[in-house]
Amino acid sequence: MKIHEFQAKEILKSYGVPVPKGRVTETPEEAKKIAEEVGTKTIVVKAQIHAGGRGKGGGVRVVNNPDEAEKAAREILGMTLVTHQTGPEGRVVRKVLIEEGVEIKEELYVGIVIDRSEACPVIMASREGGVEIEEVAAESPEKIVKEWIVRSVGFRPFQANKIGYGLGLEPGQVGKLRNIILGLYRAFWEKDCLLAEINPLVLTQSEDLVALDAKINFDDNGLYRHNEIASLRDLNEEVPLEVEASRYNLSYIKLDGNVGCMVNGAGLAMATMDIIKVVGAEPANFLDVGGGATVEMVKNGFKILMSDKNVKAVLINIFGGIMRCDTLAKGVTEAVSETKVDVPVVVRLEGTNVEEGRRILKESGLNFAVASGMKEAAQKVVEALRMQSA
Amino acid sequence: MSILVDEKTRVVIQGITGNEGLFHTRQMMEYGTKVVAGVTPGKGGQSIDGVPVFNTVMEAVKKTSANASAIFVPPAFAADAIMEAAESGITIIVCLTEGIPTLDMVMVREYLTGKESRLIGPNTPGIISPGKCKIGVMAGYIHKPGTVGIISRSGTLTYEVVDQLTKKGIGQSTCVGIGGDQVIGLNYVDLLEMFEKDSGTEAVIMIGEIGGTAEDEAAQFIEKNMSKSVVAFIAGLTAPPGRRMGHAGAIIAGGRGTAKEKMKVLDRAGVRVVKNPALVGEEMAAILKGI
Repeated sequence: MKIHEFQAKEILKSYGVPVPKGRVTETPEEAKKIAEEVGTKTIVVKAQIHAGGRGKGGGVRVVNNPDEAEKAAREILGMTLVTHQTGPEGRVVRKVLIEEGVEIKEELYVGIVIDRSEACPVIMASREGGVEIEEVAAESPEKIVKEWIVRSVGFRPFQANKIGYGLGLEPGQVGKLRNIILGLYRAFWEKDCLLAEINPLVLTQSEDLVALDAKINFDDNGLYRHNEIASLRDLNEEVPLEVEASRYNLSYIKLDGNVGCMVNGAGLAMATMDIIKVVGAEPANFLDVGGGATVEMVKNGFKILMSDKNVKAVLINIFGGIMRCDTLAKGVTEAVSETKVDVPVVVRLEGTNVEEGRRILKESGLNFAVASGMKEAAQKVVEALRMQSA
Repeated sequence: MSILVDEKTRVVIQGITGNEGLFHTRQMMEYGTKVVAGVTPGKGGQSIDGVPVFNTVMEAVKKTSANASAIFVPPAFAADAIMEAAESGITIIVCLTEGIPTLDMVMVREYLTGKESRLIGPNTPGIISPGKCKIGVMAGYIHKPGTVGIISRSGTLTYEVVDQLTKKGIGQSTCVGIGGDQVIGLNYVDLLEMFEKDSGTEAVIMIGEIGGTAEDEAAQFIEKNMSKSVVAFIAGLTAPPGRRMGHAGAIIAGGRGTAKEKMKVLDRAGVRVVKNPALVGEEMAAILKGI
């Protein structure tokens, strides 16, 4: 789960990480008030959306007084911000963060992620802050210092020294960095994060270290033990159909193509998208109805994928294991008879209770194309698309 | 032959009295797996379909000599269940549970360091040596005893590939689902090494997906250490970056872990990379015929 910058900063602040003075708001009037409270020479107005690259997209302004802050907030609030992470449709800005301006001497990076091979958190730090760490990793990996955490002993002071002196910092700066990383690590562990990142971590003209931007991603699997975090979810930042799907415990991701698909199992769902591409079409979505889907889930899944107006044909690919083919067949026939389906539907069923499933589809009187095998299913979908455009 | 589990494997089911645990216990027994015990704290002394239930894994091991375990407990308690199995001397721990917090698995992995227990999963369909032993939730009947080893991060996609093989008359030595999470137990490299040594395995299929670098590490290992042929399919060529594709571990983060990159690295290591998931069985058939 992703959260906003201002939320990440509030969490880090509670762990002793210095952040710029400021607050979030939804109105230009309050933006002015916050700017007055902050009272610094320069004020920064930052759009709050779940995507990076906000500065380049025009979502970040540096202004010189509260009136300008109000004006900037008025311009940013409600705008559709397009960045390299939002996709071409962009995101509507609903909140702005008003903060004190900081005099930047240098931009650093510090972040924590899970190292999957080592099965532990890894701390990464670099003096190349302000850019994406992956770019630094690709171009000059020697500029990144890494320290792996042994969970039972946690983050150790000697590791802070290795990082700080490894980056060539002054002794006083190393001490400050140690406290920041310690706070970041404690937040990472205690809040079940998958990513906790300060970028840039700014060295100010007065030799302080301040978290100028922060990003935290939480582990969805850990949310059950953090009610305070679950409430930070901002549904405005998510695709409405995906929110709808999550309500039925379905895993749905909207894509740009025109072949809707419904599959059981994430790996098979991806493979189904891939084979659609192999035969020359584009998948409209990822939809995993899961291993133990019920008739109700299948029905809702089908309705959700059909509400994407780009869908011109549907491919249903089910390999029954725990999930039985007759369950799928019931769900699909009910969904099709309840909704107006005017696109061709190709169904491929295999596995547990396959005969019963095929019988239900056949006796429904509805117009399904039944395929045996993924290859044939994909070919039939492409043929159906061609027939339409012909 | 096979790896890790066979007709001698003695299985204890952790969470045997839950709905899923009970259903799959019966399925496993029907397949011929030797299920010798169940564990549900507080229900010790009961018996389910003739299988004695104990309060702790330690007790189950002492009374029944169980040496493998299948874990069907909810996510919040699964890490604890894995540690209990390891502490009780279970050598093969198969954790089926999906949804375990990643940081719980970090603790589990640290706990397992230096112990002899080997963990399969979590978030896996399990492991099967066809005709001998099934510890997991896969449909037994699609499998056939034979000489192809399978290692996969996926569930139903593995069934798909197994089905393609079986329909061509090609059997499997052992199929292992290593799990779809970020932090898991045994990985490709561990299993490739076992299949390389196993005299009953002729060739191996790797089913990978986006996210992480496990396939890259496998490629390095294969190039240096594998004499047997390896076929690979990597799911997610059309997956968008930054999105979790169902599995917790299936995410392209910061432009890394794409299917394209993994395919490239595997191809360079001499692996037969198949781009069309419907053709994995055909590719393996060609290899076995010496093409």
